[in-house]
Amino acid sequence: MTFNERLLALDRRWVFLVLTIFVIIPIFVKFAVPLSPPKEVRDVYNFIEDLKPGDYILISLDYDPGSLAELHPVAMAMLEQCYAKKLKVITLTLSQTGAQMAEEAVRDVADSCLVYHGFKPVPGIDYVYLGYKPYPGLIILGMGMNFRIPFPQDYNGTTLDSIPMMRGIKNYDNIKGVISLSAGNVSDMWVADGNGRYNVKLAFAQTGVGVADYYPYYQSGQIFGIIGGMKGAAEYEYLCKNPGTATDAMRTQVFAHAVVIVFIIIGNLAFFLGRRAKARTQESK
Amino acid sequence: MKYIILLFLTCLSLCLSQAILAQTASSDPPAEAALVPSEPPAPPGNLTLKDLPNDDGHGIAVKWDLSPDDGAGAKSVISYDIYRSLSPDAPDSLWKKAGTVVLGVKSYADKGNRESDNDDYLPKKTNLYYRVYAVGAGVRSVAAAAGPVQAYDNWFNTLKVPELIFCVVFLILTVRFINMAKRGIDLYVRPLAGIEAIDEAIGRATEMGKPILYCLGIGTAGDIATIASFTILGRVARKVAEYQTSMIVPCIDPIVMTIAQETVKAGYADAGRPDAYKEDSVYYVTSQQFPYVAAVNGTIIREKPATNIYLGYFLAESLLLAETGVMAGSIQIAGTDQVSQLPFFVVACDYTLLGEELYAASAYLGREPLLLGTLKAQDYLKAIALVCIFALLALRVFTGADVIHKPFDMPWW
Amino acid sequence: MKRQIPLVLVFIFGMLLAIQYFVPSEPSQRGYEFVLDWITIIGIFAMVLGIWSQVHVGWSKIKHRSENWQYSIVALVSMFAMIAFGLSPFGGLQGTIFRLIYNNVFIPIQATIFSLLAFYIASASYRAFRARSAVSTVLLVAALLLMLRVLPMGPLADPISSIGSWMLLVPNLAAKRAIAIGVGLGGVATALKIVLGIERSYLGKD
Repeated sequence: MTFNERLLALDRRWVFLVLTIFVIIPIFVKFAVPLSPPKEVRDVYNFIEDLKPGDYILISLDYDPGSLAELHPVAMAMLEQCYAKKLKVITLTLSQTGAQMAEEAVRDVADSCLVYHGFKPVPGIDYVYLGYKPYPGLIILGMGMNFRIPFPQDYNGTTLDSIPMMRGIKNYDNIKGVISLSAGNVSDMWVADGNGRYNVKLAFAQTGVGVADYYPYYQSGQIFGIIGGMKGAAEYEYLCKNPGTATDAMRTQVFAHAVVIVFIIIGNLAFFLGRRAKARTQESK
Repeated sequence: MKYIILLFLTCLSLCLSQAILAQTASSDPPAEAALVPSEPPAPPGNLTLKDLPNDDGHGIAVKWDLSPDDGAGAKSVISYDIYRSLSPDAPDSLWKKAGTVVLGVKSYADKGNRESDNDDYLPKKTNLYYRVYAVGAGVRSVAAAAGPVQAYDNWFNTLKVPELIFCVVFLILTVRFINMAKRGIDLYVRPLAGIEAIDEAIGRATEMGKPILYCLGIGTAGDIATIASFTILGRVARKVAEYQTSMIVPCIDPIVMTIAQETVKAGYADAGRPDAYKEDSVYYVTSQQFPYVAAVNGTIIREKPATNIYLGYFLAESLLLAETGVMAGSIQIAGTDQVSQLPFFVVACDYTLLGEELYAASAYLGREPLLLGTLKAQDYLKAIALVCIFALLALRVFTGADVIHKPFDMPWW
Repeated sequence: MKRQIPLVLVFIFGMLLAIQYFVPSEPSQRGYEFVLDWITIIGIFAMVLGIWSQVHVGWSKIKHRSENWQYSIVALVSMFAMIAFGLSPFGGLQGTIFRLIYNNVFIPIQATIFSLLAFYIASASYRAFRARSAVSTVLLVAALLLMLRVLPMGPLADPISSIGSWMLLVPNLAAKRAIAIGVGLGGVATALKIVLGIERSYLGKD
């Protein structure tokens, strides 16, 4: 086997090994990754920044532990931004396995506000966590009629009517917008049922894999912003001036992308050199 | 004496608790504060009321002309308050605040609740009266009043006329092409390489003595892609029974599992080998995406199937499945309607059905007139959509006319 | 009868809900909410089927000592343990043990499986992104440009970022929109076929 042929038939475990090494290095070697948030990320940030204290916003934490790395940092930064602006934050999750993760995020960020902003948002007055209910499409439709249809109680079993901030809040007409953090098809349901049926103002945070699917909705105006992948999460943290896990993880992403690019270049070089060698062999015959 | 002290302490604690409760509730919007009139703005004019169209009979559309002081001078209007009552002469306490809009807005859709025990109940077919106040800084105008108006059920949503037209056109095209197919007219369907490769892939599995893995994806039985996949599963099961090889069908949803079991059993029965069907070959794994893909990957690595067929609804796990199949040396045929996953399947699988090719597979395989007719109707509808897109684009580019948005600009009533 | 009744039910409910979409009146809305409630109830019953299937398959493998039957013991013990810990006597969903297992086992395992994607993408890219033809070269260049957006490219960062954004907002959007229109039409056609009883694969074969 020639060198080219060996390269082309390289055992994928070598690729895994090299990638592993270059993913570990940034944990010890720290450097800043320059970030330039694009318009679609700034639109989400500016939407929240333009809201006034007392305005209601719904943040749907529709991600599961698998997409924790990309979406949890957005959730943390966004919740802190909303609490700091003294918005009334309604949170819920449409992800079956994300209910506790979401509840911990909502609570932990509220606790951290005491340290960073000098006050602690009060559950029931400044924020409420409704919990999880199955069948996302039905929940989104139900909330369009009345939040109490899918969520007669919050996550802790308190009826919505006895929660101070939910009195008089009926449905999407009473909130300024919805931001869904999702890794899957829940975003499609928000567009079809939330925006399509009830005309709710909508933005998404999506994983890197799925974000390209939602640009048509951004361009048509059905959603007003998208935060995509780890890069989007880091850009949002940058806008919030709240560098967190996504900003740290960008170092790893830079190295990982560089490794993949190098391997692609090596593969193509081997391919072209091999083709040239074959052509020469055939010519000499 | 001690009883007097006890009584005093009880009263004090009651007063304190009331004060605390009042303070806790004070972060709610305050009850209607008495507005101190000094220089009230001019009221809005020309208040008109009508039944809110396209609703469930519990809504009224309120429109007015802006107050002359809207956004100008010391008597500047900040917002408009809209009130509703069952009688024009009702005392102020019986006028319910329906809503508030900011300056510059001259309409409000009062969508009340339909439950009579709800605070915001808006009764149907009952005379209602409205007042609209222009609100300034701490003052408000005299009311612009109007009424009576009644709310009625609406039996057709006029905003959905385009969808209705689309449905009617589609039905007409479908019926026409089904009739054509029934009359024996040949309706051309281009070859789908992925479907044609299935027979060859099953043959390969038989030669190698290895099973076939059929993955229906992570959708539910209500997903169109999963339903389309059932059709192909039936045919694969029949072929597998004919060739006397085995198949593994891991399912993520219990209902999908039930339907898949019926489909595979029927496939074996069609091939005349009902006894060869093993119920445990079609099984439920888990309802979660990544645990499911971990289980299927484990099956692929252990069983080393000769052929992997991934047809249905897939998300991020598509590449995990496909790469594991490559590592196991399987031939792979994939198809999904999830556009974001198509690149991964194209890269890692031998054959890929793109988007609606998966839906067309049932018509392609069966060649039944009913299925072929709907497929052709679909194609013609796509052509119509293409023509409309170009026509509207040309209209917009050359004349600037915005035909699509204008009818839907709020408030359209 | 086994096939007739489901077909009739599908037709009736399909047509009713299709008509309901166009009718905003109160009886229509109430009917829709009623159906939504029942969909949730039926879904819960389906979960029972799923658990039964898993227990049946696992127990069968253990009983017959099939290949890798030990994994079935792990699967069944894990399933029943989580159900038990999630019930009130053991603290319920908010209980310490459930949260401990959720935070320290479930979340890391799910995140790990998802992170395998990074390695698989690397190996798939190495294998697939070769400039074999004009079309594959375009694919290769597009992929490289989008990956380069993340790297600190100094003076080239802004142009590459602009090109990447353009690629996402113009050609990517056009292609996705085209496929989405096709998929949407295909979805409507398939739904119509199911409601009208033309597509019957979900009932099993005759």
